[in-house]
Amino acid sequence: MIRIFESLFVPIAALLISLLLFAVFVSIAGVNPLEVFYSIYRGAFGSWFSWQNTLVRAAPLMLTALCTALAARIGLIVIGNEGAMVVGGLCAALVGIVLNGLAPFFVITSMVVAGIISGGLWIGIVGALKYYRGVNETISSLLLNYIAIAVLNFLVVGPLRDPATLNKPSSYPIGEANMLGMIGDSSIHWGLIFGLMTCLLMWFLMKRTVFGFSVDITGGNVRAAQISGLPVGRLILTTCFLGGAAAGLAGMLEIAAVQGRANTSLNAGYGYAGILVAFLARHNPLAIIPVAILLGGIRASSGLLQRSHELPDATALVLQGIIFVVILASEAFYGRIKWFKTKEATT
Amino acid sequence: MTQPKLALEAINISKHFADFCALNKVNLKLRHKSFHALLGENGAGKSTLVKCIMGYYHPDEGEILFDEKQRSITNPHHAHVLGLGMVYQHFTLIPNMTVAENLVLARPQLPAVINWREELGVLQSKMAGMPFQVDLNASINSLSAGEKQKVEIIKQLLLDIKVLILDEPTSVLTPNEADEVLTKIKNMTQSQDLSVIIITHKFREVMNFADDVTVLRKGQLVGTAKVDNVSAEQLANMMIGQEMNTQPLERTKSADTTTVLDIETLNVDDDTGLPAVNDLSLQVQSGEIVGIAGVSGNGQKELVQVLAGQRRLISGVIKVHDEPYYAKRQQMRAHKFHCLPEEPLRNACVPNMSVADNLAFRRFDRPPLAYKNWILNRGAITSAARELISRFSIRTWGPENPVGNLSGGNIQRTVLARELSEEVNVLVVVNPCFGLDFNAVADIREQIMQARNRGTAVLLVSEDLDEILELSDRFLVISEGKLVYETTPQRADLTKVGQHMAGH
Repeated sequence: MIRIFESLFVPIAALLISLLLFAVFVSIAGVNPLEVFYSIYRGAFGSWFSWQNTLVRAAPLMLTALCTALAARIGLIVIGNEGAMVVGGLCAALVGIVLNGLAPFFVITSMVVAGIISGGLWIGIVGALKYYRGVNETISSLLLNYIAIAVLNFLVVGPLRDPATLNKPSSYPIGEANMLGMIGDSSIHWGLIFGLMTCLLMWFLMKRTVFGFSVDITGGNVRAAQISGLPVGRLILTTCFLGGAAAGLAGMLEIAAVQGRANTSLNAGYGYAGILVAFLARHNPLAIIPVAILLGGIRASSGLLQRSHELPDATALVLQGIIFVVILASEAFYGRIKWFKTKEATT
Repeated sequence: MTQPKLALEAINISKHFADFCALNKVNLKLRHKSFHALLGENGAGKSTLVKCIMGYYHPDEGEILFDEKQRSITNPHHAHVLGLGMVYQHFTLIPNMTVAENLVLARPQLPAVINWREELGVLQSKMAGMPFQVDLNASINSLSAGEKQKVEIIKQLLLDIKVLILDEPTSVLTPNEADEVLTKIKNMTQSQDLSVIIITHKFREVMNFADDVTVLRKGQLVGTAKVDNVSAEQLANMMIGQEMNTQPLERTKSADTTTVLDIETLNVDDDTGLPAVNDLSLQVQSGEIVGIAGVSGNGQKELVQVLAGQRRLISGVIKVHDEPYYAKRQQMRAHKFHCLPEEPLRNACVPNMSVADNLAFRRFDRPPLAYKNWILNRGAITSAARELISRFSIRTWGPENPVGNLSGGNIQRTVLARELSEEVNVLVVVNPCFGLDFNAVADIREQIMQARNRGTAVLLVSEDLDEILELSDRFLVISEGKLVYETTPQRADLTKVGQHMAGH
């Protein structure tokens, strides 16, 4: 029980400290912080309209967060979410463009498969480099992001470019018929359902199955996994594949539900924000859902901040950055706070 | 000539770690300008004693006299100021800096800006008075182990110390390098104002170089002598001790004796790629405990890691019941091959997972702990854990307690419970009682003996010779990755065993 209190107390305290720092920041910018917080609340959760905005942004965050969270469970700090999302989206778009004209259900399914496999293989490279060659997974996944973004830019400006797109170079469209629609008469696309289902599925896989238990052993102590005879290499590769597949699916959804074609909107920062969500959620797939909604809300409120306080568009990103730094710093406090130690010392 | 002065004296030093007694009223007298050997097995308390002298540890009782004045040395820095220097078993040099840079860095008070030209000049002039010469501009990376050791010693000598403590300085050196270094140091004690304490377990070094020797055993002072007055045999007996186990554990003779574990010409490399185990062959029969005795660092770790699946072998075959064995899960299960490694928390547990989870590592993927081999049955894992916790009397506030919170003895019991809770054909055990209190030791040895009596083939690798003598049916001595001597506890000639352990 005490560990649950601790794992709630630390991130909540970190969040409050971040808000305090952000208040200092907006005060310096000459705006009353309380009014800013109220605007963030209104922009994120104040009305059905803002809720829809929030949920649309939360959907890709849930999926990209899984990329970091799953890898972290096997002991790897992977930050290749952005790259895996770009690669997944790009491959899904390619498949959509090529298959455009066939039955929409078949095209969409093929796009989902393409996004999952390409994103999975992309982070699979990271796992393989780590396991077979000992390459630091954080560095390799970060560099793979740049490669993925460069390939995307090359393709949408070069061979795949639709001449009709002038301001924002984009690929040819996947076709209106192959777009994922909205849920009911809301403006929330079906990506949210994909995100929620994937988080639930991964939670079950990690917390309730033999596979997840093996991953926890390997991530906790490789030597203990080896002495139990577990296939460490296969576990690392599979887990990295699953993480990359989730981020790749996020890319596919961005194409199939929002953009309709591949362009630089694929690397709008959902991947990097996913790292923050994963750390805030302590790499628990179930906790990712509320955290992604919270972060989605902050991102959704940036427009309102701009309009009502004449704060720059990037203000929401400043808040996001402050939260990230404070959360990372707060990791050092687990197991060191006296209140949570008293009972454990009795054994 | 006046009465020979004492450079350093430690009186009645005791040190406990939790309920483990590392030193019990130990005395040490270092004569002025003498070369003093501190001899003992692993875990005898040699390092603890010098760490108390250097101020790393604060002794529970006793006092330290330096230059015949009482001093309370509170930290290593304080020891340096007084003129005490220590060279550690492992190098403390910064690998990608030069010798000169390392030597200058060691000085306690450095200016904010270092004038390297001036420093080099000073170093060069001081090097003339040093027993060894090392190229000041060489990078530490490019030096051999022997040269690094020389730099470590020069580093201390440059600080104008009066007492130099060397912790197993020759463990990383070749015999020739060791002789050179020790000869030079010996000469320095005669020509300069320097007294030396050397920690070792090699008789050869004691006999050839030391003036005096102090022998420790299990935290007790066994004796002090002038080296001229003792023989290697006497030292071996002092170091290993003669006392045999008073209450032998019950041993039953097993009916059939088939060879279960068969290791043929095994070769294994260590982390640096150097051979650690050389052409090692070994058989263990059912209902038999085979001991492997030896000083740590002679290939035991690498041998066990191969058996446990934590390291790849270079060549050789491991067979169980005449079938080739690879340390994979299916094979471990098929052959009932279990392992109780040393440092169980580091090698066999996940510290922040619960006791229940750690107890389930062998069985979590099979009914009854899993439905259909892939969904965990949490309830069954917890109830299986409760049963093991009471059967092996593991002290924890509950199965959900992270295993890292338990005491050493209870962590060892947890791993033992996991590895011995079902039928076992082969059990590999390494230093099972290292650092445990008396009750836990008796309990854990009893469990290992019961497994043997049930017909398990047990390979016991231990640095504690008493443990080997108490438990094993026969035992071998490992030295430099080779099995060099075989005997049984009943017929063992301890002097010979000690000499083989010391590579003599």
